[in-house]
Amino acid sequence: MVLFEDLNEMQLDALKEIGNIGAGNAATALSKMVGKRVNMEVPLVRVIPLKEVPEWLGGPEKEVLGVYLSVFGALTGHILFVMTIDDALKIMRILLGDMAPSRDQILEMDELASSAMGEIGNILSSSYLAALADFTGLHLNHSVPSIAVDMAGAIVDIVLIEISQHSDYALLIETVFVEEEDRITGYFMLIPDTGSLEIILQALGVV
Amino acid sequence: MARKITVGMAEYRVSNDPEDVLCVLGLGSCVGVCLYDPVRRIGGMVHVLLPERIPGQSNPFKFADTAVPALLAEVEKAGASRRNIIAKISGGAKMFSGADTLFDIGKRNADAVREALKNLGIPLKGEDIGGNRGRSIFFYIVDGKLEVRALGKDVVVI
Repeated sequence: MVLFEDLNEMQLDALKEIGNIGAGNAATALSKMVGKRVNMEVPLVRVIPLKEVPEWLGGPEKEVLGVYLSVFGALTGHILFVMTIDDALKIMRILLGDMAPSRDQILEMDELASSAMGEIGNILSSSYLAALADFTGLHLNHSVPSIAVDMAGAIVDIVLIEISQHSDYALLIETVFVEEEDRITGYFMLIPDTGSLEIILQALGVV
Repeated sequence: MARKITVGMAEYRVSNDPEDVLCVLGLGSCVGVCLYDPVRRIGGMVHVLLPERIPGQSNPFKFADTAVPALLAEVEKAGASRRNIIAKISGGAKMFSGADTLFDIGKRNADAVREALKNLGIPLKGEDIGGNRGRSIFFYIVDGKLEVRALGKDVVVI
């Protein structure tokens, strides 16, 4: 069984490239939605110990938005996309202008906030997943995203639990979207089930 | 001045210093289990991730079924008396509604912890379990109080 911590430079580069293309797809999708150019910066792709993940998000009690979905098809696993509430607010303002929900509405996850975030989560996750599918030639599908707003530690918990059944490391892809003055950082985590990381590497030809 | 000691995932801490507060910040589906000897004022906390031990994995503090007895052994080693020991637990939330993830691992974790306590004959004196909000929990060695904080909710003391 291949684990994240065993990956070599070449394999990491291949995954990083998928992260790059995925972020590019996501920026393009956002640009189309807002009708103006949204740039992105080269994502950081790192394999980090599980317990450091909340620190990357600003500490375990930092208020964050998490979008979680299941991947199925040629491989199985989960996707978690996380951003701070402040960045979620920025992205809402870019997309919805004056219609954007307030910070309180996001924290309470009222109907407007949850449907807007669900849509954004869907678009961003599909962008990354499309890159993975294109690169590997694998047929992939995903579930409807579920959304949560809470402390970073609590949101990341479930992912760490999933991964911890076979590894103590996570693959974290950091992406920065840039729209004029605004910089929005998203953390994208792909969590393949046991055996699925091998399927990805095989499809990429970097086993 | 209280000294906060963070208990990381799959870790435990034991203390007999009345100044110490054992805590987990941002607890989701995991469960924090506190064991306390109110006579000798010795307490321990473990931060469990999963209900049952997975063969081949060596850290007993990761799994409810092995973490509870392992923590009991540690607090006894620190001087706690078995017949005094009581338990308080918190966590086990379902963070993502509708997600088919691991069939509500939070609830399974909480059930496994209760089962392990029952098997050991340790009385469960208080719990704040489940729901869909994350928690930060603070366990005071001085009196065994467990304080639970969640976003947008009042503090719960058990």
